Amino acid sequence: MVAVPKPEVVRFTLDGQDIEAQPDETIWAAAARYGTKIPHLCHSPEPGYRPDGNCRACMVEVEGERVLAASCIRTPRDGMVVKSASQRAEKARAMVFELLVADQPKRETSHDPESKFWHWAADIGVTESRFPVREQWKPDLSHPAMAVNLDACINCNLCVRACREVQVNDVIGMAFRNHGAKVIFDFDDPMGQSTCVACGECVQACPTGALMEANLLDDRGTRTQFADRTVDSLCPFCGVGCQTTVHVKDDKILYIDGRDGPANQNRLCVKGRFGWDYIYSPHRLTKPLIRRDDAPKRWDDQVDSMNPWTHFREATWEEALEKAAGGLNKVYEANGPKGLAGFGSAKGSNEEAYLFQKLIRTAFRTNNVDHCTRLCHASSVAALMEGIGSGAVTAPFGAAKDSDCMIIIGARPEQNHPVAATFLKNAAKRGAKIIVMDPRGQQISRYAYKSLQFKPGQDVALLNAMLHTIIEEGLTDQQYIQAHTSGFDDLKKMVKDFSPEAMAKVCGIDAATIRDVARTFARSERSIIFWGMGVSQHVHGTDNSRCLIALTMITGQIGRPGTGLHPLRGQNNVQGASDAGLIPMVYPDYKSVELEEVRQFYENLWDTKLDPKRGLTVVEIIDAILADEIKGMYVMGENPAMSDPDQTHARKALAKLECLVVQDIFLTETAWHADVVLPSSAHAEKWGSFTNTNREVQIGRPVAPPPGEARQDWELIQELANRLGLDWTYKHPKDVFTEMTEAMPSLKHITWDRLVREDAVTYPVDGPDVPGNEILFAEGFPTGDGRAKIVPAGLVPPDELPDEDYPLVLTTGRMLEHWHTGAMTRRATVLDALEPEAVASLNPFQLRTMGLEPGDMVKVATRRGEIALNVRADRDVPEGMVFIPFCFNEAAANMLTNPQLDPFGKIPEFKFCACKVEPLKAHAAAE
Amino acid sequence: MPEGTPRPFERQIHPGSGRRKAPKTPKGRQLDFEASEEVKALLGDRPRRPDLLIEHLHLIQDRYGHLAARHLRALAEEMNLPMAAVYEVASFYAHFDIVLEGEAPPPPLTIRVCDSLTCEMMGAQDILKALPKEVGDKVRVLPAPCMGRCASAPVAEVGHRHVDNATVESLVAAAAGDHRPAIPAYKDLAAYEGDGGYKLLRACLADERTPEELIEILSNASLRGLGGAGFPTGKKWQIVRGFAGPRLMSINADEGEPGTFKDRHYLESDPHRFLEGALIAAWAVGCERCYIYLRDEYPAVREILLQEIAKLEAAGLTKHCPLELRRGAGAYICGEESAMLESIEGKRGLPRHRPPYIAEIGLFGRPTLNQNVETMFWVRDIVEKGAEWFASHGRNGGKGLRSYSVSGRVKSPGVKLAPAGISVKELIEEFCDGMAEGHAFRAYLPGGASGGILPASKGDLPLEFGQLEKFNSFVGSHAVVILSDKDDLKAAALNLMRFFEDESCGQCTPCRNGTEKAVKLMSEKSWDAALLEELSQVMRDASICGLGQAAPNPLMSILKHFPEELK
Repeated sequence: MVAVPKPEVVRFTLDGQDIEAQPDETIWAAAARYGTKIPHLCHSPEPGYRPDGNCRACMVEVEGERVLAASCIRTPRDGMVVKSASQRAEKARAMVFELLVADQPKRETSHDPESKFWHWAADIGVTESRFPVREQWKPDLSHPAMAVNLDACINCNLCVRACREVQVNDVIGMAFRNHGAKVIFDFDDPMGQSTCVACGECVQACPTGALMEANLLDDRGTRTQFADRTVDSLCPFCGVGCQTTVHVKDDKILYIDGRDGPANQNRLCVKGRFGWDYIYSPHRLTKPLIRRDDAPKRWDDQVDSMNPWTHFREATWEEALEKAAGGLNKVYEANGPKGLAGFGSAKGSNEEAYLFQKLIRTAFRTNNVDHCTRLCHASSVAALMEGIGSGAVTAPFGAAKDSDCMIIIGARPEQNHPVAATFLKNAAKRGAKIIVMDPRGQQISRYAYKSLQFKPGQDVALLNAMLHTIIEEGLTDQQYIQAHTSGFDDLKKMVKDFSPEAMAKVCGIDAATIRDVARTFARSERSIIFWGMGVSQHVHGTDNSRCLIALTMITGQIGRPGTGLHPLRGQNNVQGASDAGLIPMVYPDYKSVELEEVRQFYENLWDTKLDPKRGLTVVEIIDAILADEIKGMYVMGENPAMSDPDQTHARKALAKLECLVVQDIFLTETAWHADVVLPSSAHAEKWGSFTNTNREVQIGRPVAPPPGEARQDWELIQELANRLGLDWTYKHPKDVFTEMTEAMPSLKHITWDRLVREDAVTYPVDGPDVPGNEILFAEGFPTGDGRAKIVPAGLVPPDELPDEDYPLVLTTGRMLEHWHTGAMTRRATVLDALEPEAVASLNPFQLRTMGLEPGDMVKVATRRGEIALNVRADRDVPEGMVFIPFCFNEAAANMLTNPQLDPFGKIPEFKFCACKVEPLKAHAAAE
Repeated sequence: MPEGTPRPFERQIHPGSGRRKAPKTPKGRQLDFEASEEVKALLGDRPRRPDLLIEHLHLIQDRYGHLAARHLRALAEEMNLPMAAVYEVASFYAHFDIVLEGEAPPPPLTIRVCDSLTCEMMGAQDILKALPKEVGDKVRVLPAPCMGRCASAPVAEVGHRHVDNATVESLVAAAAGDHRPAIPAYKDLAAYEGDGGYKLLRACLADERTPEELIEILSNASLRGLGGAGFPTGKKWQIVRGFAGPRLMSINADEGEPGTFKDRHYLESDPHRFLEGALIAAWAVGCERCYIYLRDEYPAVREILLQEIAKLEAAGLTKHCPLELRRGAGAYICGEESAMLESIEGKRGLPRHRPPYIAEIGLFGRPTLNQNVETMFWVRDIVEKGAEWFASHGRNGGKGLRSYSVSGRVKSPGVKLAPAGISVKELIEEFCDGMAEGHAFRAYLPGGASGGILPASKGDLPLEFGQLEKFNSFVGSHAVVILSDKDDLKAAALNLMRFFEDESCGQCTPCRNGTEKAVKLMSEKSWDAALLEELSQVMRDASICGLGQAAPNPLMSILKHFPEELK
């Protein structure tokens, strides 16, 4: 049969009107465009939801057909005559509603009297039913965040699609059959005991209130809380940058929905949807605090957030700001610029980051300013700057939709970038090949073409073997290499001895598999690499990234849709804070502080003299305190007491400072050592622009006022600046943003007004009214010669290998529910309920050999310290390894970690050190 | 403690509420390693493809007598499927028994007593009531839908052995006996080939015949799909051939329409005539693989087909189109062609939306030729004997031969090969030796449960496609159930609606909720005819598939043809 090309548009008749449908557009969608609203329950027009046509609330009559058609799933043909308003169609729809209404709880006492279902029922006038009632399901209230009330379920299957097809978390099913068909979690388990990751997509999709935010329901299971307004804002957590709609009542958040942002398309994860109430924690700082004179600093200080009076006293803003500025000034006068340093934060806005580094550079006159990017992707950025002249991603994670092959290495996106992970899984379901490379197993491997659990720390061996294969087997893109790269010959020489056969033992992956994935990556039309901190947080982190860049360059897998390099950025604004110059070596836009002409530009812009030498990085600053060089610090929103490696060491340094000013929303572990604590504003309380991992600059809007006397961060920076001899007069974050656009070519064509208007603009962007460029480097690179520099990497072993005394490998990271040091997430009710205390994950077989039961208390020790915590049996952790999330201060993983640095990125080796585990049975029994 | 020594690890002040304990494992049910080993051993080197899920569930159910949660969890892991995907399939089919942690597994033996219309008329409810006490708690007694043995109603299945004309006594005896299926005597490969079998297929494979030629013969013979829809076979072959390959074929041997047993009759007597027809069809249409979807109620047929297909493979007759036997698991809806394809793909049997039609986008998304068993049974004879031979049969305007499954109140029920278009009165008199003793013909089901109920006064209508539709009736799979003056028609209609209520897949509102509401309304002493009529209309107009659309037929029949019943 000859394929007939599809016509551009389809012309058909709807209720007597001639209308056009786009190719593949359904009758329902075309009708909606023409203003005809056909009722719908199981159909969601939101992105990612395919029509399912099961509820039959949208039936229309098609002339010449025996039965009615579901308009949500039926595409019109040319000349088709469709009647949505015929008596037959309306009768059928009304009967469908009457059948459903029969089994619903009464509207007044239903779970959500304002549900889509009740609105449609009222619209078509069917709110009563003549039919007998079925036997009802019992409520399932086992989950802390969501209530399951299947008595309101209409089996529309939206939650199943939400869970299985949109977010691909694969928990919800529709089990049994006939009117016994039932929404189930796993094996019909209570939701709270299932594998549910609480993304809440089902809650957002449910049209009846059968699945709802538990906090909205009263004791009878009826929703009584309704928003009086909504605010379009952003999620405050990871680097994905999900847009949110915040539902607010009386200036308090009621609940949060995902919004159709470029990064999330309405999707959220458990943190973004349910982790918002930390801003109402009783631990919030509401008044400035000054350290009590009778509370000398100790490195092992612990301060109770509910009773800080053991160490602090309340102060007025005037007194606190004077004390803060006075203390810092005193250090400056005694030691000069080198005595001071500042840690900004990747959680704050671009404007805050910019102001913070400006303050450090112009008031302290030092470049000793850094933030947690140092602990995350500093090595990735170092390799990227060296290789392609740009530290940001070359393509958004959404490029997955065009990709044929995706390497995910050293990253656990389902835990750390959950919404990004959904798009990768969508791509895999479409047929793209995912190749997972990580010593720990993970769920996303279920969708993977290959999953390589290589030996920890052997990234370079594995990657060089892939490079070897590609070169040896002639799979390189010679044209691309010649036109756009330099250094290929050196690479060729270096990887010559790295045959997969030789590397198999080293990295623990057999040669055939290495060759297969190398071929798959090279031969696929479009391949992309995603990586995370499993790559960067090593002493060879920069080398790891160099290998990834080389893989991309020798195969030409960059600059086209579905290709590129994407280091998944960890914090909501780590890209923006880095762009804004919160880095000791560079001014905004990565302009070196050591280049004369750059410095002059900034000296003119800021009207001051600037320090011509690069500053110290995070770990170096801590060392410099202990070396009596740095004596005063301003820390805004950062928590080095938890996030830095070798915590004992870090806390000793912080406690040693003559003047430590901490500006935060909570009394963090870092604030325990402060002289002055300035209460500031949470994400939901401020205006600001934030740049996500995709280079999308997005606008965050305030939802609620800061509590008590807490103030905006930018104001506080300005207050300090003006007390430190500067004369700043910013009136609003938008004034700061405007100044940034003057300094930062990357922000060209992006104005505050545009951000407010469009909500998100990707940089770089070529004009004030065109979309930004998602895919970069189609034509060369912003390097000196326009070429990407391929830098070969040799084998560097992890700094501290297991031995007889410390036989296991300790690796650290995040978990789904907790973000960064846990300061926010552990104070969020739902997240705290889901992951309430510290755990060390070990392989079940490992536990068995050690005579341990899951849940037992153990001591985990390294050469730097020891902690006590419960063990968790987790098959994803290979034998010989221990995984501890670093968010739990009662058993802080960073008591244990090795502060040894990567020589280029200055990033510590959080992902590998030697440890031992000993049972603490007596302790467990005593509890 | 002196400065500098690592601090002892006392629990510190932390920002969490401290109200809960940390979970001991990652979220959800964990893998049981022993169960995992057991499942791996059971699956052996069988592929782990998702379409084999139902086959693999059968392996576990057969081996352990039920599906324990730990085995299901292990199977999900082994097949790389979400737990929910395994559970929703396992829970959809009636022949799987899921046993969660803490639940008691079912007793070692199950007796399924057919309670579909003919068996119910013949006393199934009495057996269901009395039997449990007699067999004790080592035996589970379950009602079950039609087993395709209506000519010997009431029937029951003890383990996998069927008992015809069952009584409580015979079932108690059977419970103590052999529970394997009894294999009837049938014409095996040697006998069939001795009879000239597979000559036609060999000729086709040797290109001595052309597909066009065969299609023309079948078209001239007026062979129509005998699964119920009656689509002209030659035309179907032509259409599917027209779509770009690879093409697939499926055989619907899910003969679940209550009252129908003709396919079983042919499969248990002359299976190769059907197999040859199927292999010829696959050759003519260019299908690369043929899936035979056999209902789980026909275990004897399964044994026969397994053996005979193996022989065919050995004989090299399936090279052009390997035959793959798939086992249903107790779901009437899988007789609906698109639901059957879903089931072959290892999923719940949810009918698909049309368009697209399966001829274009069918099994695994490929163009698919789907044929009923009997349709294929006639291919060889028609080609060998000529189109005229087949077309020359027929009465009252019908053309060809039809296999009517006749049951109920006739003297000699059974499969009756009769001219197409014969009337029910002719069928009773000429083929069934008249009505059973003491029964007067009152009403009949012309096409199983879904074909409606017609009064004896309409007993002269031709039992042929397109002839009964104006009476909200159809001949469908030609399952004719005869009711007499001794039968309760409202009870019969309720029996049929209960059947649809049970067998509704649950996908769409009109069918899922409609059948449930209809059963409740029809269980009332007095029927709300107006509401039932409105309900029937929405089920007919708005259900996704034929099940829901046809489910109100018996109900409508009562309202329309037997108004006296409503008084």
